Amino acid sequence: MNHNIVIIGGGIAGMEAAKALLALGHTPILIESKPYLGGHVAKWHKLFPDMSSATELVEKLRKDITAANIFLSTDVISMNRLASGWTLKLSNGIVINASAILVSTGFKLFEASKKEEYGYGVYENVITNSDLEAWFNGESDWRIPQNPKTIGFVHCVGSRDLKACNGQCSKVCCATAIKQAIEIKERFPFAKVYCFYMDLRLFGKKYEDFYVNAQRDYGVQFIRGRVSEVGETIDHRLQVKAEDTLSGKPLKLQLDMLVLMAGIVNNPSIRSISAMSGLETDSDGFLRSSDNEYGVVESGQPGIYFAGACTGPKTVPETVAEARSAALQIHSYIKKLA
Amino acid sequence: MMDFGFKLSKSSTIDLTDVKTDRFEQLCKQEPGARVCIGCGSCSASCPAASLSGMSMRKVLLAMQRGQDVRPMLRNCMLCGKCTMVCPRGLNTRNIILNICRQYD
Repeated sequence: MNHNIVIIGGGIAGMEAAKALLALGHTPILIESKPYLGGHVAKWHKLFPDMSSATELVEKLRKDITAANIFLSTDVISMNRLASGWTLKLSNGIVINASAILVSTGFKLFEASKKEEYGYGVYENVITNSDLEAWFNGESDWRIPQNPKTIGFVHCVGSRDLKACNGQCSKVCCATAIKQAIEIKERFPFAKVYCFYMDLRLFGKKYEDFYVNAQRDYGVQFIRGRVSEVGETIDHRLQVKAEDTLSGKPLKLQLDMLVLMAGIVNNPSIRSISAMSGLETDSDGFLRSSDNEYGVVESGQPGIYFAGACTGPKTVPETVAEARSAALQIHSYIKKLA
Repeated sequence: MMDFGFKLSKSSTIDLTDVKTDRFEQLCKQEPGARVCIGCGSCSASCPAASLSGMSMRKVLLAMQRGQDVRPMLRNCMLCGKCTMVCPRGLNTRNIILNICRQYD
């Protein structure tokens, strides 16, 4: 009997899972709401810590999964449980009887304008991490000055922030800020670059080296203190205020450009998925895994699995590892059905 | 001076915009490791002069980056080298101190 496997979300988690399932002899159905595959990574420039190309990774994955059934610009509009498996109705009218489902709906970037005190959308030269990646990828951005002399990065924008309704750490922004600081120093070698942080959480392999590299070889300065507000001087320069907590004194600094490290928040689409399927969300708003140590890719419901940032902030290698793990679990699950 | 019954306090705010860090940059040319301090405080915790004099290698490096005069603090250093021994980032603190002193020679 032929068993349908549906993957909801065509970011790198969904793509890698599709690739692994194809290798295991299945033909998964991949559903992506956007008109392109690759999710956030498709719009990113380089990946930390090796500075490999994000778009090349997505392109490679795209070529690897051409044998899968891929629906772009398509949403799941209903999910109904059957005696065994699920019936899914898609926005293009197609109805699928699925034996297994992989949820890989990913995350959403925090809307930086919600932190009004940082002036995104108010002051010209305030941009976000994703704006900067788009510019690195060759898009023009009038907010980025021709020759900035002083550039600031604000870590934890909408992360570890109960006022922004996101208590969790977004995990990837510390390393991303360091990566972007290095990239910006490569483009503007004479600019002074400051990173304002609460804690630097550089947990992954080579991340600490990356940090030392930014300090020693690129002269990026790290100031321990969370920016409290951004203002503008009379001559239209940005001015940030923070406490220099290591010296215990208030600090102000004028900048030509400020980059806000917008954090990872849960994708609102998981709310409709959880309403349709009965999957639960966790206290952080992400999907709840059966447990957070041994069963991260398991939903607790038979035949439904998770991969990637739908269960919480994840790095690229973590997402890819989860996708492979989920694919293998789906394979074993399907074999038991047959 | 006339007493108006109030006083003006000097702001303690560090304005990093105007700070001159030439001495720190010069130091980093001789000892690039000076940039990689993470402010952990092991140096100050192990310093035999710290509790008696306020000497702190961490504060010296921070003050240099904030354009402040570090000589009053450095005068208390006995060059015992304990801070070099404990630094997790491997800073050659002894050489940093000597290089700072040379700048003021």
